[in-house]
Amino acid sequence: MGSLDYLLAALSPLNLLLALAGVVAGTVIGALPGLTATMAVAVLVPFTFSMEPAAALIALGAIYTGAIYGGAYAAILLNTPGTPSSIATTFDGFPMARRGDGDLALTVACLASVIGGLIGAGFLLLLAPPMATVALRFGPVEYFWLGLFGLTLIASLGEGSTIKGLIGGGLGLLLSMVGVAEVGGDIRFVGDFKTLLGGIDVVSALIGLYCIPVLIDLVATPVAHLEASRQVASFRLAEAFGILRRSRLNVLRSSVIGTIVGILPGAGGSIASLVAYSEAKRASPRRAQFGKGEPDGVIASESANNATVGGGFIPTLVLGIPGTPPDAIILGALLVQGIRTGPTLFTQQAPIVYTFIWGLILATLIMLPVGLLIGRFAFRSIVAIPKAVLVPCVALLTVLGSFAVHNNVHEVQQMVLLGVAAWGVGRMGFSASPIVLGLILGSIAERGFVQGHLIGNARGSILAEFFARPISMAIIFFIVLGLLWPWWAARRARIAEARHG
Amino acid sequence: MAFRIRTTFIAAAIALAAPLAFSAGYPEKTVNYIIPFGPGGESDISARLQEPVYKKLTGQGLAIQYKAGAGGAAGWSQLNSMAGDGYTVMGTNLPHIVLQPLEKDVGYKTDDITTVFWFHYTPDALLVPADSPIKSLKDFIDAAKKAPGTITLSGSGTNSSNHLAQRQFDKLAGIKTTYVPFGGTGPSNTALLGNQVSGSWGYTSVQMQLGAQVRCLGVSMEQRHPKLPNCPTFKEQGFNLVGGAYRGVGVPKSTPADVQTKLADTLARVNADPEFIRKMEEGGFAMLNVGPAQMGAFMAEVKARYEALAKEMGIVKK
Repeated sequence: MGSLDYLLAALSPLNLLLALAGVVAGTVIGALPGLTATMAVAVLVPFTFSMEPAAALIALGAIYTGAIYGGAYAAILLNTPGTPSSIATTFDGFPMARRGDGDLALTVACLASVIGGLIGAGFLLLLAPPMATVALRFGPVEYFWLGLFGLTLIASLGEGSTIKGLIGGGLGLLLSMVGVAEVGGDIRFVGDFKTLLGGIDVVSALIGLYCIPVLIDLVATPVAHLEASRQVASFRLAEAFGILRRSRLNVLRSSVIGTIVGILPGAGGSIASLVAYSEAKRASPRRAQFGKGEPDGVIASESANNATVGGGFIPTLVLGIPGTPPDAIILGALLVQGIRTGPTLFTQQAPIVYTFIWGLILATLIMLPVGLLIGRFAFRSIVAIPKAVLVPCVALLTVLGSFAVHNNVHEVQQMVLLGVAAWGVGRMGFSASPIVLGLILGSIAERGFVQGHLIGNARGSILAEFFARPISMAIIFFIVLGLLWPWWAARRARIAEARHG
Repeated sequence: MAFRIRTTFIAAAIALAAPLAFSAGYPEKTVNYIIPFGPGGESDISARLQEPVYKKLTGQGLAIQYKAGAGGAAGWSQLNSMAGDGYTVMGTNLPHIVLQPLEKDVGYKTDDITTVFWFHYTPDALLVPADSPIKSLKDFIDAAKKAPGTITLSGSGTNSSNHLAQRQFDKLAGIKTTYVPFGGTGPSNTALLGNQVSGSWGYTSVQMQLGAQVRCLGVSMEQRHPKLPNCPTFKEQGFNLVGGAYRGVGVPKSTPADVQTKLADTLARVNADPEFIRKMEEGGFAMLNVGPAQMGAFMAEVKARYEALAKEMGIVKK
């Protein structure tokens, strides 16, 4: 298919420059809490109108993949996901940074992101048309079960008590219902506050729930934010490579999960990294270490979320259906460029498509040196900056980030209120993650349930609609497995112990 | 639409009506064009296509910004508190600005929104997957009559333009179908292509985008869309369904009348640009020119139509 020509086209100086600039800009934007990959892409779109279509796509793909990766910095160093995609990175990334392994966590995240990105882009290059059908097999009911599957993760998050986790998840579910229901249009939990009609914004909730408690604790306690256990001179690259080699199965599994979830138009990087995290934990012999600074947790989350980039482009280019929110913007940019996406795109516009895919692969490779360098700089800065400077700077970022969501002060108010509340309940042993999971997954599960119910009702069998579809049955199997596994594992350990004893 | 009118006519009307005083140099700087939705949607794409033509005509740019939230209400509820100097304009949408205030208190009333120009609409289209056994509108109606309620149709949003089209057509054809609302055109299309639903109420733009993957049974236009010659209109099949989602440009109420007319005039000239028309039609949009001269009659007509439908659908707040 003359792939080599397209690779050479992607290697033109302009395209390389765009890829580099895109990755750098994306990484920085993604690293700032509140500025998401969607915003990074949206900001760039107007500049791409004057470019050639392939160059425009490369720039957009580069900033997108950079932003998804950049979210890991804030997740690891500040315990605040820089973008929703890096929620699961906080689980182990921040504990690693706490114990002095922040540099290692950043390098592991960078390597995992690059490999995940390459695997996702590889699927896009080689298998896009057949893979696109996955998007179509997923109906409302499958999204409902996928949402439920994500919620079972609350039980296995492993920080604090399970009961408190479940209460937090329930709280998150309630928060997800605030505003006008997407399906049905009912107005819920709004009271007299018209600003709540739009619901609780996930990004501002993320910033508030994760970042504000960290800031308050920084001010309230005398200890330094992060301690560098050693002279920060190396990237600890050899060590990180060793960890990835050991965990190659985890990298591969998480990347494939990320690609597939990326293909699903109703889910995105946050779901991908959460699902990959829970599967990595289930499969790992070091299960008990997850949540306490296990590099495998960072690997799972970061390889999965960068794999969604390539995965998300599959339905976008093949079917004209955006796989992720940034893809929706890129699709709009393509329309303005006069490019019709759809099944014929790969044959009729092959030069544009394949040049773009090679460009995306190059951008992902560029992420390795760029990511390592920016990562070291970010780590040094966060460690070296005195708290009296760090706290106000981060506080300013939280306000800017939540304002940028809709250019609106309401999201800032939501962010601060949720943050202070999170700090309060945090002191009682409730952590932010179950609340966030409830908030994100609640709307996905609810939407899927109502739509599935409507369709099942019209077809005359609601039970068959929910339980008899093959993909649904597979997800239900994983839900049951996820719920029974800890019990079974504990039982087996007891038996083994009894035998030895 | 009955309101399709020659641009020259509008220009003449404006030339007579507009005094030169305040608006003489307008626009003298970049105009902020606020889209009350997120980027990438049809409103955004339209604005992006308008921008270069506007710049060519006036020498000034349009700075496209987003103020999304509450289905557009977050922006519209603040429109009148913005500076009325002609340098802040906002995208307006029908049926949104009529239906939202009927449904609940969203912080603005329909009459608070001063739209100076409606520039196009996306006509409703009834689509089924290409491999569907339903080959024509007649098949569709027969199937719906045989088993009322079993035909499921995806669409974007509740009480939205797609939802209105479904209710209107069911009434006209005397059938009962099940509308399944999705969170946007993207997810609705996915359900259509994946055969999760029997069909979909979408727009002509959806048909353009999905191409041969879907079959269109009807479009709600007076005449067939120039780029979709194989899509029959509902009208030619005996159902009087014309309309869709309209897009226009509004200004804060305090904007001087001469600036409003000048803005409307410029938008009419943008709408007359052949290259612009080509791009719009290739996107599946249908051109429309409703300027200040026809605005009163147009709004009265659509308000009456939507209000009657909203009452029937039970979405009017008590």
